[in-house]
Amino acid sequence: MAESGKPLIEVVDIEKDYPTGAGVFQALRGVSLSIAAGEFVAIMGASGSGKSTFMNLLGCLDRPTRGSYHLDGKDVSRMTSDQLAALRNREIGFVFQGFNLLPKLTALDNVALPLMYAGMGREARRRQAQATLDRVGLGERSHHTPLQLSGGQQQRVAIARALATRPRIIFADEPTGNLDSETSRQVMGFFSQLNREEGITLVLVTHEADIAAYARRRIRFQDGRVVEDVAIEAAAA
Amino acid sequence: MIIASLFETAWHALTTHRMRSFLTMLGMMIGVAAVILMLAIGQGAQAMVRGAIESMGSNLFIVMSGATTSGGARVAMGSAPSLTFADADAIRDLPDIVAAAPMSPGSAQLIYAGLNWSTSVFGSTPDYAIVRNWPMASGGFFSEADVRSGARVAVIGQVVARELFGDEDPIGKIIRIRQAPFEVIGVLAAKGQSLDGRDQDDLLVVPISSAQQKIFSSSLRNRARFIMAQATSEKTMDAAESAINEVLRNRHRIGVGQEDDFTVRNLTAIAETAASTTRVMSLLLGAIAAISLVVGGIGIMNIMLVSVTERTREIGIRMAIGARRRDVLWQFLIEALTLSLIGCAIGLALGIGGAWLVERLAGLPVAVTPASVLMAVGVSFLIGVFFGFYPARRAAGLDPIEALRSQ
Repeated sequence: MAESGKPLIEVVDIEKDYPTGAGVFQALRGVSLSIAAGEFVAIMGASGSGKSTFMNLLGCLDRPTRGSYHLDGKDVSRMTSDQLAALRNREIGFVFQGFNLLPKLTALDNVALPLMYAGMGREARRRQAQATLDRVGLGERSHHTPLQLSGGQQQRVAIARALATRPRIIFADEPTGNLDSETSRQVMGFFSQLNREEGITLVLVTHEADIAAYARRRIRFQDGRVVEDVAIEAAAA
Repeated sequence: MIIASLFETAWHALTTHRMRSFLTMLGMMIGVAAVILMLAIGQGAQAMVRGAIESMGSNLFIVMSGATTSGGARVAMGSAPSLTFADADAIRDLPDIVAAAPMSPGSAQLIYAGLNWSTSVFGSTPDYAIVRNWPMASGGFFSEADVRSGARVAVIGQVVARELFGDEDPIGKIIRIRQAPFEVIGVLAAKGQSLDGRDQDDLLVVPISSAQQKIFSSSLRNRARFIMAQATSEKTMDAAESAINEVLRNRHRIGVGQEDDFTVRNLTAIAETAASTTRVMSLLLGAIAAISLVVGGIGIMNIMLVSVTERTREIGIRMAIGARRRDVLWQFLIEALTLSLIGCAIGLALGIGGAWLVERLAGLPVAVTPASVLMAVGVSFLIGVFFGFYPARRAAGLDPIEALRSQ
């Protein structure tokens, strides 16, 4: 799979504790795995299995309590919050279940937002945002606000936002959770295309088997541990 | 640059909640307007007092006839004219004194060519022009010789010149003062209002001898109601005052333990007191206005805190797509700053407009100085930073995961 040989994501014995009123809740109890550049991975598991916590860690939104996490060879667990922010900005794109667009901003401004934090000038980021919207097929809706767009369109704006800074990895957390099946198929088809044609590494969190079937590797979590890690035959359309 | 973009973001955030932004700014607007207006009124009053002091003449003493108390019974000052012209001469000869003018005040009706005007009449000597530091607008002041001979010559103030002569040149014209004809030989330059609000230009000055003989027909010849004396400088005021006391006690043969039959007053000191009173008033007005500015700042902090809570999810999204903590901090700080500075700008306009209205409608002197404008802008900026910082830091300190999860 990976031509470089070195994994893009490598976690070793990762643990995450959350303090609760009753003591410490162990969300992750020693997870080790690696993901190579260009992989399309589905992470599955029941709620409370630790899959969301794992994705937050991989997405550099959080740091592990114990264990190490190397992203592209760099030790993320030792980074400052500013360094993590820069990673999220340049290396990582997020797509959420609830889209998480800023409702008062137009599609274009939403997509341009990560470019602003990348320090890009106003005109340059508008140009790049427009180009990214064109890529997801929403170039003509760039001046609509999220409320003027359908759910599928909103999710495509969100994908465009994730793609805007040309990241190497996209994390999608239940990206089809709020969409009907037809729209879900379109969105997943688009993800597959991104992975296939542009080599973007995709990590997808879902509890739906048919959505997970778009991926080529399935990792299943249960009680904070990986209980299954298998390759999926390229069967799904 | 991110900061520049954040101004755009702030503007966008503020314009999406127009009413709220306006109400938040209202506090700042009122505060700044109040500060500008109060300082303008205070400084206007100070300028007026300063002008009045300068027009009064500098380093001035006034020596009143009679004591403030006389044998236990209190008597109005100047009720018994105990001062003589010779006393004035003796005071003038003191080393620390520049000039001393004996004064005989009164009032009379003036008539010229069918017009009449009632005004204050002062009998005095050429020293009057010196102690009052009063230049001529045209013509000249009368001389010592005029005083000795009791010449029927008069010097008039601007108001009298305007009321009696209009556009005509008063020099050389004959006016009647209680039937006695006097020739106008000079017009004094304009001085404006005095400390007690009287128009100083509404007067007529004649030789003191002529005043007593021809206008007041006084029985007390060669006596003055009061003497105005000017010291050489501010530093010699104290020495001059004791010298005046000493020379007058000697001349009036007042023994040790006996009560003076005159009173020396340091007019400049009294004026300075008035000046410092207005200064304190001005400060007080400014301080009260500044409180409203602080209240405006608290209003901004309040709304910013609400805004941070409301926009927790937005903050989470921004952090997820790469906003650093300091970017979020700046975003909210700039929002607070924008609120306070726009509020300040509108407040400035209101304050300056209000000051203009006060001047037009209430007739109070006002002075909007660049310093007070600069101060208002500076303080608004500081308030924006100070009251914006806490909500902004709270926003920047949010945990991205928790923030994303919030509704």
